[in-house]
Amino acid sequence: MPYTNERQTPEKLSEIAGEIRRDIIRSLVVAKSGHSGGPLGSSDIFAALYFGGVMNYDPNNPWMEGRDRFVLSAGHMCPVLYATLANAGFFPRSELLTLRQFGSRLQGHPGRDMHLPGIETSSGSLGQGLSIAVGMAMADKLVDGNTARVYSLTGDGELQEGSIWEAVMSASHFKLDNFCMIVDNNDCQIDGRIGDVMNVYPLKEKFESFNFHTIEVDGHDLAALVEAFEEAKSVKGKPTCIIAKTYMGRGVSFMEDDYKWHGNPPNPAQAEQALADLDA
Amino acid sequence: MTMNFEKYDSKPTRHGFGEGLVELGEKDERIVVLGGDITGSVMTSMFKDKFPDRFFSIGIAEQNATTIATGLALSGKVPFFASYGAFCALRNADQLRISVCYNEANVKIGGGHSGISVGPDGATHQILEDMAFLRALPHMTLVVPCDYVEARKATVAIGEFDGPAYIRFGRSATPVFTRPETPFVLGKAEVFRPGNDVAIIACGPMVWEALVAAEELSREGIEARVINLHTVKPLDVETVVTAARECGAVVTAEEHQILGGMGSAVAQAIVKNAPVPMEFVGVTDTFGGSGDPDHLMEVFGLTSEYIVKSVRKVVKRKAQESSSIQSITQVGELGEGPENYPKPGEKYPMEELQKAEANYPPEGVPEKSLEPVG
Ligand SMILES: Cc1ncc(C[n+]2csc(CCOP(=O)(O)OP(=O)(O)O)c2C)c(N)n1
Repeated sequence: MPYTNERQTPEKLSEIAGEIRRDIIRSLVVAKSGHSGGPLGSSDIFAALYFGGVMNYDPNNPWMEGRDRFVLSAGHMCPVLYATLANAGFFPRSELLTLRQFGSRLQGHPGRDMHLPGIETSSGSLGQGLSIAVGMAMADKLVDGNTARVYSLTGDGELQEGSIWEAVMSASHFKLDNFCMIVDNNDCQIDGRIGDVMNVYPLKEKFESFNFHTIEVDGHDLAALVEAFEEAKSVKGKPTCIIAKTYMGRGVSFMEDDYKWHGNPPNPAQAEQALADLDA
Repeated sequence: MTMNFEKYDSKPTRHGFGEGLVELGEKDERIVVLGGDITGSVMTSMFKDKFPDRFFSIGIAEQNATTIATGLALSGKVPFFASYGAFCALRNADQLRISVCYNEANVKIGGGHSGISVGPDGATHQILEDMAFLRALPHMTLVVPCDYVEARKATVAIGEFDGPAYIRFGRSATPVFTRPETPFVLGKAEVFRPGNDVAIIACGPMVWEALVAAEELSREGIEARVINLHTVKPLDVETVVTAARECGAVVTAEEHQILGGMGSAVAQAIVKNAPVPMEFVGVTDTFGGSGDPDHLMEVFGLTSEYIVKSVRKVVKRKAQESSSIQSITQVGELGEGPENYPKPGEKYPMEELQKAEANYPPEGVPEKSLEPVG
């Protein structure tokens, strides 16, 4: 049975995040390619967003008017989004075992052409999803009395794209208090640590100077994540940025905090170890 | 000269790029390399390891990297910037047009992971439109090496002349069939196989497919001239037009959209000088999708089989006047074209998914992906 979008307790959320992580491993091991690190590291963020009573969605009516929307700007992290949507009942969980296969709705990077329920836009070219989300938030604002909110997650390496800061500037300029971005701050990207590849720090000060309501949070603390999302809802006249401190590959001993796991899947032996770690 | 080609190895062309960069770096102090966070996959890491002082990590910022490269070039350096072609040909298109080409800046771009054969990453990463843009840019040189050995030569060659250049690579290991002694001159197309019944003009790893197609056609009594058009711009008009005149029919083959690619360039040269029937093998005005690289190449019509079909058709057209009107993106005779990407639900129908749901989650580590239908 899929979980619902009723608010779950932090203990239950942590259980759901574990199931999301296991599903990520299951889908990646059979896909034989794809990204492990970012998805595992951000599973708690997704659990809080979809199962913490934060977002307004209906898996039986995925395109309903007035829904809250989620845009995965870091498209390569889609295994976590697919696992989350399946656990929320948008499509059968068995479909996770088609990830990256020929003809699958679960494309290597989200493809809107496959009409997978819950996928609002194609993404995979870093730095574009955030602007799309800003456009959606602007459209929502044009409808009187509309309370719909738009969420978008970026990687921290992704922040190196200049277009990110154009999106940030406009979200603030248009006072999009219905817009909430989350930075998956795992301090890892393909070539290494963020500060070694191209420094983007300090983050909090940057977002504050763009007039964002900025919240730093432990990205593995489910209660704190739900609280941050609720705090964002109460902010008026400006957008919110939640900087979630995470560890890449969280929950899998040999992947944790190792940037080399950015873009690789586990092999069967590693998957066995990963599932054991996640059960422990 | 007749050359005989056989496959003696299999390697991605991008490996030749990495080695070519190191060779250049040893010869020329002015060579600098800019990284875009995927230095391992596009092989600039080889240069980084060898010449750390002449390597600059720019992060995930292709527009910035392209314009920084311009500044370096305008200050006497010879900068190479490489990323996936999806992000260093079009994400930075305006920068390439104004900063690089209008300045005639000595900037070199390496576009990796180009074409459908990128595989499971899917449509976003399968760049198929880069050549259409790049060949329209004044001052740009555009090279698409056919194999690993040629990629190394081409990399060195673009590093040795002054002016903007783009070099295009695939991701997969593809047949290696040229040798260090095989002729390679920028801007000069090479006839890799003699023949006078039809000319097959190809670039990149499609040159190998063209050679395979030519062998099969030979068994049918059709002798195809195979031309390796590694430099798409500037175009070797003489070799192309001579082939059209002597063969009377031309087929082009490229891992790129038919609309606007190498075939379009060849068609312009031919229509202007020696109009003959032409057919185009390439991607038929559609996006790609996830899947196994070899399988995708078949499904999107990028194998020797489709070159053969197109040759049969063009040879028939040569012999008879036709009054029919066909779309530019039709490959072969009607019904012979590629099937392209399945519609959602075609391979994994909901009933099958729901049946599989009863056994989900599997006990332990799942062993294989769900069986597709058909
Ligand atoms: C425009 C663009 N440039 C480059 C890439 C290739 N790429 C995919 S993921 C990635 C690294 C992203 O780093 P980060 O946002 O920190 O994500 P994480 O490593 O934490 O998953 C890169 C460079 C891309 N997808 N899009």
